[in-house]
Amino acid sequence: MLEEIYIAGFGGQGALSTGQLLAHAGLMEGKYVSYVPIYGVEKRGGVANCGVTISNQQISSPLVTEPTVLVVMNSLSLERFEKAVVPGGLIIINSSLVEPRVQRTDIRVLPICANEEAESLGDPMVANNVILGALLEITRVVAIETVSEALKDVLPVRRHDMIPVNVKALEKGAELVREYNNLFKE
Amino acid sequence: MKGNEAIGEGAVRAGCRYFFGYPITPQSELTHYLAKRLPEVGRLYMQAESEVASINMVYGASGAGARVMTSSSGPGISLMQEGLSYLAGAQLPCVVVNMMRGGPGLGNIAPSQADYFQATKGGGHGDYHLIVLAPNSVQELVDIMKKAFDLADRYRNPVMVMADGIMAQMMEPVELDDQYQIEIQPKPWAATGKVDHEGKNLINSCYVIPEEMESLNFILRDKYSEINKNEQVCEEYQLDGADIVLVAFGTASRICRAVVEKARAQGIPVGMIRPISLWPFPADFIGTAANRVKCFLSVEMNMGQMVEDVRLSVCGKAPVYHYGRFGGMVPTVRDVLEEVKKIYSGGAGQ
Amino acid sequence: MRKVFSRPVSLKDVPFHYCPGCNHGIAHRLIAEVIDELNIQDNTIGVAPVGCSVFTMDYFDIDMFQASHGRAPAVATGIKRVLPDRVVFTYQGDGDLAAIGTGEFVHAAARGENITLIFINNAVYGMTGGQMAPTTLIGQKTKTSPQGRKHEVNGYPIKVCEMLPPLEGTAYVARVAVHKPKSIIQAKKAIKKAFEVQIKGLGFSLVEVLSACPTNWGLSPIEAVTWLEENMIPYYPLGEFKTPTAGVI
Repeated sequence: MLEEIYIAGFGGQGALSTGQLLAHAGLMEGKYVSYVPIYGVEKRGGVANCGVTISNQQISSPLVTEPTVLVVMNSLSLERFEKAVVPGGLIIINSSLVEPRVQRTDIRVLPICANEEAESLGDPMVANNVILGALLEITRVVAIETVSEALKDVLPVRRHDMIPVNVKALEKGAELVREYNNLFKE
Repeated sequence: MKGNEAIGEGAVRAGCRYFFGYPITPQSELTHYLAKRLPEVGRLYMQAESEVASINMVYGASGAGARVMTSSSGPGISLMQEGLSYLAGAQLPCVVVNMMRGGPGLGNIAPSQADYFQATKGGGHGDYHLIVLAPNSVQELVDIMKKAFDLADRYRNPVMVMADGIMAQMMEPVELDDQYQIEIQPKPWAATGKVDHEGKNLINSCYVIPEEMESLNFILRDKYSEINKNEQVCEEYQLDGADIVLVAFGTASRICRAVVEKARAQGIPVGMIRPISLWPFPADFIGTAANRVKCFLSVEMNMGQMVEDVRLSVCGKAPVYHYGRFGGMVPTVRDVLEEVKKIYSGGAGQ
Repeated sequence: MRKVFSRPVSLKDVPFHYCPGCNHGIAHRLIAEVIDELNIQDNTIGVAPVGCSVFTMDYFDIDMFQASHGRAPAVATGIKRVLPDRVVFTYQGDGDLAAIGTGEFVHAAARGENITLIFINNAVYGMTGGQMAPTTLIGQKTKTSPQGRKHEVNGYPIKVCEMLPPLEGTAYVARVAVHKPKSIIQAKKAIKKAFEVQIKGLGFSLVEVLSACPTNWGLSPIEAVTWLEENMIPYYPLGEFKTPTAGVI
């Protein structure tokens, strides 16, 4: 098992913290993980991307240049990184923010209106975890329960009251994928 | 653990008692970590007014017998070069971390390996060498700090640890060894006041009489040849049956490891040698390997610096090529693999 | 017979290399006498600069460092932070301290670094052969101001003692001269005070010593003393510019 996940957005959208949460969960499951953030010189609102590699074997290159999964939070990143995804790979798009217009035909594309889904859960801040839940359901790279556990370590204690809504968001994302799959089966 | 934090924690565990430095990206998080961590264990973190002042504070603290370090990146390391020459001349131990960034000039904060020449060939004035170490994982960043401080003390010489912005920012799991015993040898040469020793101690690199200056240079030369004999370190990967051998350090070596795997999967016999000590350069190992391989490809994040040392080590026994991206760009696995295939089909495969 | 005068114990019995009429020798002796009188020879560490007085590293019989040009206060900072119970002083010329080392002495003062700087101001670069210093007077001729220093070209001489008092970290700042017996006695008092300020942990101390350089001034030793009196002291007035508010000496 080797997943190379690239999460791309603007600073403040939570791309880096989502990547760290995922990497931490991988670590808790005893897997090899690496996390490399890439951001611009702007302290606010610049590019904020990260690559997360999770594997059963020692990781050779921690740099994700050909992702198996691309998570996109702004249209700029979709244009820039669509070509890099490996054939047969996956792009998850936050379609609340980005028009899911993808040129490639050799990859899977999953648009999720993550912001609306998050608002329906009562907290617009958890949009990224809706996306993460979907990613976990498709790739099974780590268990959703592990990510829920990892929230305790990654969130500061004063934010621990936010854990239940974050867990709900993860479950919502997974549920959306299951619904989506059922749609195709029918 | 983040690379920057790993270096900081490694330094604390290696018994570093003093840090003098000046902020510069991409090593600032290292200073943030140490500014918090060192006082926790009753040690000193101090922000100087410049890199020039930092390295001279290191000179003072080292001459007074302390385990001391500083860190910076490209432009700041350039400012420290005069001080490093003085440290080497006065035979003072210290550790300097260089988180290399894109240059020349102000450049950018993206990862680079363009300070190889500066680190391994002098950088400052006069005949001297730094011991230069290049880790390639967060775990190794922690572990190498102990080695760096130990080597500095053993040889009374500054040691530079070279990494880059990717390694500084990268998070990987780390196992911290709680068993490590710090053994700091006495430093009878330190200038701590005559109360501590017989006679007068002098920390100095000024010898106006050429014969006396040459005597110091003889001592340094003997020391450097001993270091060269004892401290060459490298790692080999899939060297058995390899026709093409990649030579890469730090971040580039992580990329090359993936290249080796992909190339092998496609039936191309590629291996890798990763120098961990950049000075002394692992010339003996590479020279021996040159007897049984068809060619070398030095992969670097610069215009071609280490390739010169690879060529000297190979000594004409096989062709040595270079592949580089620079200015803060990082070679991709795909690009390096293409280069390998080009070389393979161009002769190394026959 | 009673011995009434001898070489201070803290000075080595070696020939000095300084020119005839140079005042470095007097300044050295005063520092050594102070070290002897305070009984701190074994606990004192000196930092020598780049310039004529680099050889202080050989002349004082105490542990010494030789620092790169201008950086003595940074080196002294490193030493003092490691060994806070030692007495640490630098000995710097005007080029070393007030030109290339401007950043280091100002920040050491601002930090209130508990060290002492002895600053020899002779208004000229000595070792490199008589070039203009940051403290060269307006109109003064040097190798690199052959028509005399002009403020339009070279700006104005730096008054170090006047600069430092506003910095909170400074505890003791004084300017003295060593061109005649009376001023030499005052100079020794100031140097002793500066060391005592450090021993009491009161903060940064600096003593500027106006000093003659007959060789590079192109004067005889006697003429040089007169020149110092008539030209330097009017521009660089003597006296204490800051004394500690606490821990009265």
